[in-house]
Amino acid sequence: MLTRREALLGSVLTAAAVAAIGSTPAMAAVTDVAELPREKVTLVAPPFVHAHDQVAKSGPKIVEFTMKIEEKPMVIDADGTQLNAMTYNGSIPGPLMVVHEGDYLELTLINPDTNTLAHNIDFHAATGGLGGGALTLINPGEQVTLRFKATRSGTFVYHCAPGGAMIPWHVVSGMSGAVMVLPRDGLRDEKGKPVRYDRIYYIGENDFYIPRDEQGKFKKYDSAGDNYDDTVKVMRGLVPTHVVFNGNAGSLTGENAMKAKVGETVLIVHSQANRDTRPHLIGGHGDFVWEHGKFGNPPAKDLETWFIRGGSAGAALYAFRQPGVYAYVNHNLIEAVELGATAHFTVDGKWDDDLMMQVEPPKAIAS
Amino acid sequence: MSFDPVFSFGTVAAAALIGLGFSHAIDGMYPQPRGPAVLTEMVTLAPGSFDHPQPGEFLRDNHPAAAPVAKETIETPLEIMRFQVTASDYDRCVLDGTCKPADANLAGYVPVTGVSFLDAQAYANWLSARTGETWRLPTDVEWAYAAGERFHADIEGGDGDSADPARRWLTQYRTEAALGRKPDPEPRSLGAFGANSKGVADIAGNVWEWTATCYAHATMSSDSTLIASSISNCGVHVVEGFHRTYMSNFIRDGKSGGCAVGTPPDNLGFRLVHERGGFLQAALRRLGLT
Repeated sequence: MLTRREALLGSVLTAAAVAAIGSTPAMAAVTDVAELPREKVTLVAPPFVHAHDQVAKSGPKIVEFTMKIEEKPMVIDADGTQLNAMTYNGSIPGPLMVVHEGDYLELTLINPDTNTLAHNIDFHAATGGLGGGALTLINPGEQVTLRFKATRSGTFVYHCAPGGAMIPWHVVSGMSGAVMVLPRDGLRDEKGKPVRYDRIYYIGENDFYIPRDEQGKFKKYDSAGDNYDDTVKVMRGLVPTHVVFNGNAGSLTGENAMKAKVGETVLIVHSQANRDTRPHLIGGHGDFVWEHGKFGNPPAKDLETWFIRGGSAGAALYAFRQPGVYAYVNHNLIEAVELGATAHFTVDGKWDDDLMMQVEPPKAIAS
Repeated sequence: MSFDPVFSFGTVAAAALIGLGFSHAIDGMYPQPRGPAVLTEMVTLAPGSFDHPQPGEFLRDNHPAAAPVAKETIETPLEIMRFQVTASDYDRCVLDGTCKPADANLAGYVPVTGVSFLDAQAYANWLSARTGETWRLPTDVEWAYAAGERFHADIEGGDGDSADPARRWLTQYRTEAALGRKPDPEPRSLGAFGANSKGVADIAGNVWEWTATCYAHATMSSDSTLIASSISNCGVHVVEGFHRTYMSNFIRDGKSGGCAVGTPPDNLGFRLVHERGGFLQAALRRLGLT
């Protein structure tokens, strides 16, 4: 706690410093930032990612994003189970924002008056102010603009954190997403050799806790506020009713399956704001995996399954070598199959018998 | 594909009060009433022949092949339930202590869902015992015959490419995706999906139906569509509906029976075939001769 005397002393010292050197370094930085070039980026809904340079073409800039918070019912499984969702920009997860290390990310967050709750945003990529949460709390009908410097590279979660019991409830209602801060000179392998990706997909994994009625059927609520008491009871059991990718079991399958070609390198960014997960590409690998998501560390090689800690985002780079249908799952297979955490890739290209072939098809056991 | 028209009485007055006189007598001995006897509308289909893509998985020259189409013949009139077995019909079997309660918590004149092949078979046996007649699941061929123009075979990947197994997987996946069928989990009241040209209702709606046909791996001779050898697995049975698929006997919820790639059935239910001459068979069964 700052005493009145210390506060006064502090201000005296500051005043003295200002007198001595004209301006503080902090003031200088702010002046410089104002002069930086600005780029306005329109976000796209996951699993897609807005166009971006993998290697920065110029010096630091301010990258401007706008997100509108939308509270709305969303269907989260094939049975039509409804979540009173809270979303950044209308999607679960919120969109992936890509900047380079040293850039400034400037977000205008809008909470339209059609919403009923106060929201904010905590960027794990940001420094101070509860990740921005302390400076962004807005009521329905308000908007706020926050700028933070991307001081370290990597994939980082962002999520809503409006205080106390609201925090986990907002997060398990869908309010999370990720930021990817690329090194200015792009990604590098464990030897420091540059690596690039031909495609990027962003997968946000969510654990949902939907209350059930006496018959065991999932309950439906008119609004988010109505479900709070029941939902918290389910949450406290720590057993999710759904574990899904991109907001809905099956959201990345069928017509919406992710696509790639043999020979293409795909970067898969995977975030989980609340709970641990273990992505696995069935029939594939992680050529280079930043399990913690932080590009300042050398990537792990040749992984079969990687671990994404709850409250973090990781990145896996893989060049497809064989055509076919791949399932990308949370390799707790109960969560993958029963609770929903399965996505698909369809991969076109030429089959390589050297990598795999069926030497003999199924037949009666030779006696 | 030509389907013979339905027997005239099949569409008009096939409502048959299944003789539960036998069970009424038993009912009288119990204190609790069991409500009205099972009223099951039947459709009788005239014998006929039709072309039918075979169920199972097929190999030719050691590579997966499209299902061969064979001419199938229904030799005698086929009596099949116009509607799927209802939740209330099934509940009678449950109340009798023979059937296990279905997973779906529905009652009344909606199809029973959340039932496995084993449950369907238990119900057929129970109904046969109660009526003294023979009730059984239709075979894949019988079901297809009754389904008529609404029959859909497996989602077909076509003939395998010996140089590239992935092509078939992708074809099958994309064909299925292109169907664009959205999940439709809530069973409707009987008849909600309408009748086909044969007067059989709710074919290929949102309740898939168990059949008596086992899943099989078949090998075709290289120069024809004849099956040279086949190995069946009767722990898995053919399930029919919007598309034909295969499920383990104990699965009650198609959603959890699906593999990693593919659209699972919305619900699992069934309808039964009434076997003609069943009286004799039933008598034999009672005498322990079958």
